[in-house]
Amino acid sequence: MSGSLTPAVDRRATLTSGLGGRRTAVDRLMRGLAVACTAICIVPLVAILLYVTVQGIKGLSVDLLTKPPTTLGEGGGAVNSILGTIQMVGLASLLAIPLGVLAGVYLSEYASGRVARTVRFAGDVMVGIPSILIGVFVFTILVLPFGQYNAFAGAVSLAVIMIPVIMRTTEEILVLVPDALREASYALGIRRYRTILTIVIRTGLAGILTGVMLAVARAAGETAPLIMTALGSRLVNVFQWGQPMDAMSLFVYNGSRSPYPAVQEQAWAVAFLLLLFVLVINVIVRARSWGQKMSS
Amino acid sequence: MTVAGRTVQLRAGPNSGRSDRVFRRATAAFAVAVLVLLIAIAFQLVVDSREAFQAFGIVGFVTGVIWDPVKDIYGAWPYIVGTLYSSAIALILATPIAIMAAIYLAEWAPLRLAAPLTFVIELLAAIPSVVIGLWGIYVLGPILRDTVGAALSSAFGAIPVFAGIPSATGLYVAGVILAIMILPTIISISREVMTAVPQSQREAMLALGATKWETVRHAVLPAARSGMIGAVILGLGRALGETMAVTMVIGNGQDVPTSVFAQANTIASKIATTFNEAAIGLNTSALIALGLILLVITILLNIAARLLVGHTAH
Repeated sequence: MSGSLTPAVDRRATLTSGLGGRRTAVDRLMRGLAVACTAICIVPLVAILLYVTVQGIKGLSVDLLTKPPTTLGEGGGAVNSILGTIQMVGLASLLAIPLGVLAGVYLSEYASGRVARTVRFAGDVMVGIPSILIGVFVFTILVLPFGQYNAFAGAVSLAVIMIPVIMRTTEEILVLVPDALREASYALGIRRYRTILTIVIRTGLAGILTGVMLAVARAAGETAPLIMTALGSRLVNVFQWGQPMDAMSLFVYNGSRSPYPAVQEQAWAVAFLLLLFVLVINVIVRARSWGQKMSS
Repeated sequence: MTVAGRTVQLRAGPNSGRSDRVFRRATAAFAVAVLVLLIAIAFQLVVDSREAFQAFGIVGFVTGVIWDPVKDIYGAWPYIVGTLYSSAIALILATPIAIMAAIYLAEWAPLRLAAPLTFVIELLAAIPSVVIGLWGIYVLGPILRDTVGAALSSAFGAIPVFAGIPSATGLYVAGVILAIMILPTIISISREVMTAVPQSQREAMLALGATKWETVRHAVLPAARSGMIGAVILGLGRALGETMAVTMVIGNGQDVPTSVFAQANTIASKIATTFNEAAIGLNTSALIALGLILLVITILLNIAARLLVGHTAH
């Protein structure tokens, strides 16, 4: 930027001359490129949403929601996978929410420098571990010893994926709770743990719920770790945690490899339901926190 | 800072009761459990991959090009190359687009446009990868085969990288799918580190008569550079470990790929497609050894990325 030292009058002169024209042209060109690149990023999202919606609605039927699958797909449904996802994500939430939230509380309210940094770091690393490796890990501890793929292992692998996400969002939210609230509570003679449970967590509850809902959405869409844990099943499995269980994501994966059109159609329909669930959660949760950001 | 504040409170607050101690220890136990879980994952993969590493040696396993469960010979090289190759395609495609989009969102777009656009782009990251894979098989793959694939093949077919006949599956389809999937990661983190550059830096450039682009180029990008490199590395980490969408479109090939049109496998897709059929013993151990290689690569990349992003943010 040697030109930046020239006096303002000269600058105005160069802007209208050839050099200045080139500079504004470059500016306009780069701006156009940036707009184009942003548009390119939106295209796949719109394409995926539209295509899955159009294909998915075609396959929706009462049978899909009430019947187990048949070999060729005709006259069958996907109720086994829907019930499986609800059960495994449910159990995973029961395991992961208390563990993740309380670990987050510790990081925000008690931990001093070194311990907090180490655990926080471990959480960040865990978020980055490919989910299929979580599946391999759970396989070695909960499938291999029992010689049986089982739904419990599936739920545990989903919980392991959810825990660090919930822990980090809980911590990030609780750190934002003003210290004045804690001090006011202490001043009233309320003990520290009761202050945390009734004042701090209450204040951050909406934010914690955001993290929990996003973790649930992520778990519902996970496929890879379920392949080597819950395995998938054509049978409707209700609360038989020691047996294989299907999930909507597994149903889509297996359907995608099927040569039968009816099965493929069901796979699209289940993919649509899964996408709908995940996006509705994301839109509700993110729109809310976005609205709060705007108003504050 | 806040940590220090909390430590002071800890002593100042009424914290002496037994129930306080119990609650504190309970939360500490959960926090430590997360650390233990990470160590357990690494430990378990190390223990269960030992059989494979002992049978072939670490170098022998990594550089071996044959994966044959019938003869019980296992080498990781085709899948390591497949992983790096597909991620490289993804990075080459996604990085320039993502960084230009982040520049637009952080610098040019008015807030009432930038906020919804960022929101929409982040939604892309929320789509389950199995759904993206399904779309990849039936929509993206055939489109790429008939357009980009056909064009590249007829123009540069003589070059080994573009040799062979493009089909609706293969490395290049996986690369494009991965590029789509890592766009949101690179964009949202790049945008954040650019937004964190002090406004005064921009104003100083603008006051000197610089155009908006010159301001971005000379004031914002240098300050945000290490954070943006971190964003790209995080994207790379996601691409390397992405499983379902890649598994569904990469073609399940077993040879070391040279052409982008080759049918291939990544480490993750190899584990996903063969883990359940593997015989317990050396075969399973070899697959877990593949997983361990992937774990080491992704952990190192994540640490590097977080150091870079954290460095910029503070």
